[in-house]
Amino acid sequence: MLSREDKLKMYSTMLLIRRFEEKAEELYMAGKIWGTFHLYIGEEAVATGACFALRPDDYITSTHRGHGHCIAKGADVKKMMAELMGKATGYCYGLGGSMHIADLEGGNLGATGIVGSAIPIAVGAALACKLQKNGRVVLCFFGDGAANTGAFHEAVNMASVFKLPVVFLCENNQYAMSFPVHKAFAIPDIAERARGYGIPGVTVDGMDVLAVYEATKEAVERARSGLGPTLIEARTYRFKGHSKSDKGVYRTKEEVQMWMERCPIKRLRALLIEEGVPEEALREIEKKVEETIEEAVRFAEESPEPDLERARCMVYA
Amino acid sequence: MPEREVTYAEAIREALREEMRRDPSVFLIGEDIGVYGGAFGVTQGLLAEFGEERVIDTPISEAAIVGAAIGAALLGMRPVAEIMFFDFMTLCADQVVNQAAKIRFMFGGKAKVSIVVRSPAGSGTGAAGHHSGSLESWFTQIPGLKVVAPATPYDAKGLLKSAIRDDNPVIFMEHKLLYRTKGPVPEEEYTVPLGIGEVKRKGKDLTIVAYSIMVLRSLEAAEILAREGIEVEVVDPRTLRPLDEETILSSVRKTNRVLVVYEPPRFGAFGAEIAALISEKAFDYLDAPVVRLGGLEMPPPYNPHLERRIVPQVEDIVKAARELLRS
Ligand SMILES: Cc1ncc(C[n+]2csc(CCOP(=O)(O)OP(=O)(O)O)c2C)c(N)n1
Repeated sequence: MLSREDKLKMYSTMLLIRRFEEKAEELYMAGKIWGTFHLYIGEEAVATGACFALRPDDYITSTHRGHGHCIAKGADVKKMMAELMGKATGYCYGLGGSMHIADLEGGNLGATGIVGSAIPIAVGAALACKLQKNGRVVLCFFGDGAANTGAFHEAVNMASVFKLPVVFLCENNQYAMSFPVHKAFAIPDIAERARGYGIPGVTVDGMDVLAVYEATKEAVERARSGLGPTLIEARTYRFKGHSKSDKGVYRTKEEVQMWMERCPIKRLRALLIEEGVPEEALREIEKKVEETIEEAVRFAEESPEPDLERARCMVYA
Repeated sequence: MPEREVTYAEAIREALREEMRRDPSVFLIGEDIGVYGGAFGVTQGLLAEFGEERVIDTPISEAAIVGAAIGAALLGMRPVAEIMFFDFMTLCADQVVNQAAKIRFMFGGKAKVSIVVRSPAGSGTGAAGHHSGSLESWFTQIPGLKVVAPATPYDAKGLLKSAIRDDNPVIFMEHKLLYRTKGPVPEEEYTVPLGIGEVKRKGKDLTIVAYSIMVLRSLEAAEILAREGIEVEVVDPRTLRPLDEETILSSVRKTNRVLVVYEPPRFGAFGAEIAALISEKAFDYLDAPVVRLGGLEMPPPYNPHLERRIVPQVEDIVKAARELLRS
């Protein structure tokens, strides 16, 4: 059972993800962050609930929409912000940016700009866990769109036949860029795919952090005990556009509104109050989160730019 | 009347629209090319005109997109596939390299794979290592493929029309920094043949051979050098394969010095082929070794200052040209 402490921690994590991205968007508008990035706003319950079911030494793999995964796995937002601003103090020396953050010490094996390409890598990491008999589990995040790549099918099958300690967590946010799931899939539930690979498949409400936690916990235990992978489909929604260049022509305001009313953060907040947590305690968390973000921005702004010669030395080991 | 100017992206869209109107076997297939209009807006409005049967949005399945194009082509269709970023060509590399390129030959010349694979390439958008690639040299190495890399709206439109009408698989590389550049494009129908280069600027002191965005940078560099009394000739092969050797060689015979400018990492890229060609066929005309100015040997970095430095910029071209003239 989750304690009140745990739930407050979840609340704090979800809020940190939300504020981090709101700030990043602001900095993007101010021209301090460039390129493109993909906001996770609305989906915070998925990363938070799922990573809560992991031990600190377990691993994750991430996606192009990876800020939430990174934070939920315990990353330092200072180094994340510095990476987004292309600074030498960033997680990847300012060479990777938003779409390619990795935090190897923290167990985050990295985000990728190539949809689906981290799925086989998660399987490889799980294979290593098995060979090294380290009792660790790999949690693999990917989107509904990624579930249609060849990499997904090849990797899930391999993980299943090898009975590897990996959990496949599909973040079904209803769209791959502009392409809705009902056009991209001929089946109603992505979790159904699991049957074709001989593994369990479950669908969970991705706006409910506790539900995501429960489902992931079960899958993680199964993986850790040597029974092999599980496919979890978390139904969620991104409140913002696909990326900073999205004009949003493919979905209605009403639909977005409908999902925003199911905001996972508001939902957990209401639950906590219902369970008797004083507003004061929540406001304290909110204030702390704000401060953490401010500090991260300050750190990033004061950090030096990367150096070309040092970058050159990173091409080969 | 002043000539009409359109952007590179519009020019490509016009080529697609005109060819789709002209030939019912032409159709488009790719990710988010319908209502979204493509990641760079190139296919905007085509869904409305041609409908979902001819502007086909697909799941994220690069291998299936190109494979489907090949299969349809075997039955006489002329598909134009869009791969959202050139880096993602790796995901359909089997279909492009082992299937599209080899089918005709391995089937004893019986089949035709009349497909075009369009894809935005190049760095300069701050999108880092997975969205900034210039992998054209991978494909120029494959017999059976044609590779086109237009620099101007005029060329983009005319070459794409030729590519669609061509009976071979064509890789059509669009530089994403070019999409918003403007240039004259006539209202009336025209095509630019594949395999014919163009002298984009005349000069007598030095030849710069460049393609895609490097043509624009080389022209800018030539402008700067002109103020110093140096007359640079800029040659744009436009099609990398088949390559118009004669246009390059005749320029070299005139200027006797060559700088080859290209975006991919310098080592082993297509620019080396041009340098080799000149050494083989115009050696006696050279007053100095052919110089290659390519990209640095590293994946595109996210940081914009570093990103800028890994590919030749105008000032790098000017500097290289000056050094070459001094040698
Ligand atoms: C192999 C590949 N194809 C296309 C893209 C362009 N692209 C980036 S994200 C995206 C949609 C991904 O959808 P999904 O996996 O559902 O994740 P979401 O963006 O919804 O979180 C697409 C098409 C890409 N990055 N990689």
